[in-house]
Amino acid sequence: MSNIPADLKYLDSHEWARVESDGTVTIGISDHAQGALGDLVFVEVPEVGKSLTKGGAAAVVESVKAASDVYSPVSGEVVAANDALSGSPELVNSDPYGAGWLFKIKPSNNSELQQLLDAKAYEKVVADAAH
Amino acid sequence: MGLKTPLFDTHVAAGARMVDFGGWDMPVNYGSQIEEHHAVRRDAGMFDVSHMLIADVTGARVRDYLRYLLANDVAKLKDSGKALYSCMLNEQGGVVDDLIVYFINESWFRVVVNAGTRDKDIAWLKRFSDKFGVDIKPRTDLAMIAVQGPNARAKAATLIGKYADEALQLKTFSGRELGQYFVARTGYTGEDGWEVMLPVGEAPKFWSDLKAAGVAQCGLGARDTLRLEAGMNLYGNDMDENLSPLESGLTWTVAFDPPERDFVGRAALEAQRAAGLKRKLVGLILDDRGVLRGHQRVVTPAGDGELTSGTFSPTMEKSIGFARVPVATGDRVEVDIRGKLLAARVVKYPFVRNGKPLVS
Repeated sequence: MSNIPADLKYLDSHEWARVESDGTVTIGISDHAQGALGDLVFVEVPEVGKSLTKGGAAAVVESVKAASDVYSPVSGEVVAANDALSGSPELVNSDPYGAGWLFKIKPSNNSELQQLLDAKAYEKVVADAAH
Repeated sequence: MGLKTPLFDTHVAAGARMVDFGGWDMPVNYGSQIEEHHAVRRDAGMFDVSHMLIADVTGARVRDYLRYLLANDVAKLKDSGKALYSCMLNEQGGVVDDLIVYFINESWFRVVVNAGTRDKDIAWLKRFSDKFGVDIKPRTDLAMIAVQGPNARAKAATLIGKYADEALQLKTFSGRELGQYFVARTGYTGEDGWEVMLPVGEAPKFWSDLKAAGVAQCGLGARDTLRLEAGMNLYGNDMDENLSPLESGLTWTVAFDPPERDFVGRAALEAQRAAGLKRKLVGLILDDRGVLRGHQRVVTPAGDGELTSGTFSPTMEKSIGFARVPVATGDRVEVDIRGKLLAARVVKYPFVRNGKPLVS
């Protein structure tokens, strides 16, 4: 069973979002997603300053097996990207909700946060995917 | 639900991630695919390859039959147990499948073909069998486990009791029937090791005994990165019915000599050779960061080509692949990865053999 922290928000495409105290949103991929992809070998994060739209392709994670797009859960400007992943993509496998974060956004429309899934709803997405 | 090998329950119990592979439910990995890969390069790993089809071909004229059916020439097989890699072609010179054929005796050869093509292959084998009076018998009573890596033979030999000495004496690319086992010093990883065929009922115990002997369970994920590093083609990716072995890096497997030997597809290959080949299969190493994958576009001054296989090489820690490119392609190309053109080098393969990178 994969780890789904209760305090995060999710997309059904397996991204997580955490609203930080300064109002920025940190984004990564879920434990379920990293497990399905397997050993990550390449991560492409967006450049700081780039404008992203909700649901748009924002980053790419590649495992030995496959490449997968990461979609932005909210619209806004990228204010930070996790550069450690270029040398250590395996951080996404070992610590998907911590050191394996992908990028941070300054959201332009906070109401989009309300449209994300809570942990319970995301748990159901993961359970359905297993059948 | 797909087809299941005799080891399906064993894989599920071990927590393997199961995927569909040519209609079969197969383990892609049991944990870290990269660790499974390294286990084979550095120590010993095992693969369930029972989804592949073993077929016995018997009859007084079996050698003549195979000399007609296969693009490589089984006349090269003189010692009992000796194996040969060959393509089986259609009349247009396209590859119906690639296979390993073992010479056991003058009236008995054994072939091992790919899982995804087994029905097609049996039909193809039977299409010519009457003419030569040979019998084709699929051996669905046998499972097959590949034990690969520098320590694989030593570890596996402890499990086959009184046959261990004889098995350890097997030369590279030959096999032998030893009691209920058929042990062959073959594989698909670029490492030493065996492929062991055994009765399906014995397979789960043999697998768990190998595990107890310190052999790592490995899935199809590691099998793919190992074979790519070893420079071995995968049917359906690197060649198929519409491509000839000459365009697929497999010219070395086609025996044009002796010229009087007719084989299925020969005329088409000769015509292709006479007209001049337009494409060739090459090895690529990506210099920029990223991962090569099948179907990516390759840009060269001589025209576009296409990746046929690509992956991240755990041994080299770089991305490698095979690409079909115009014959005039030089040693530098670009690969279109999500709209960006990244630099790649054309290199000779295999990329890795016996644990060591051969190119960098």
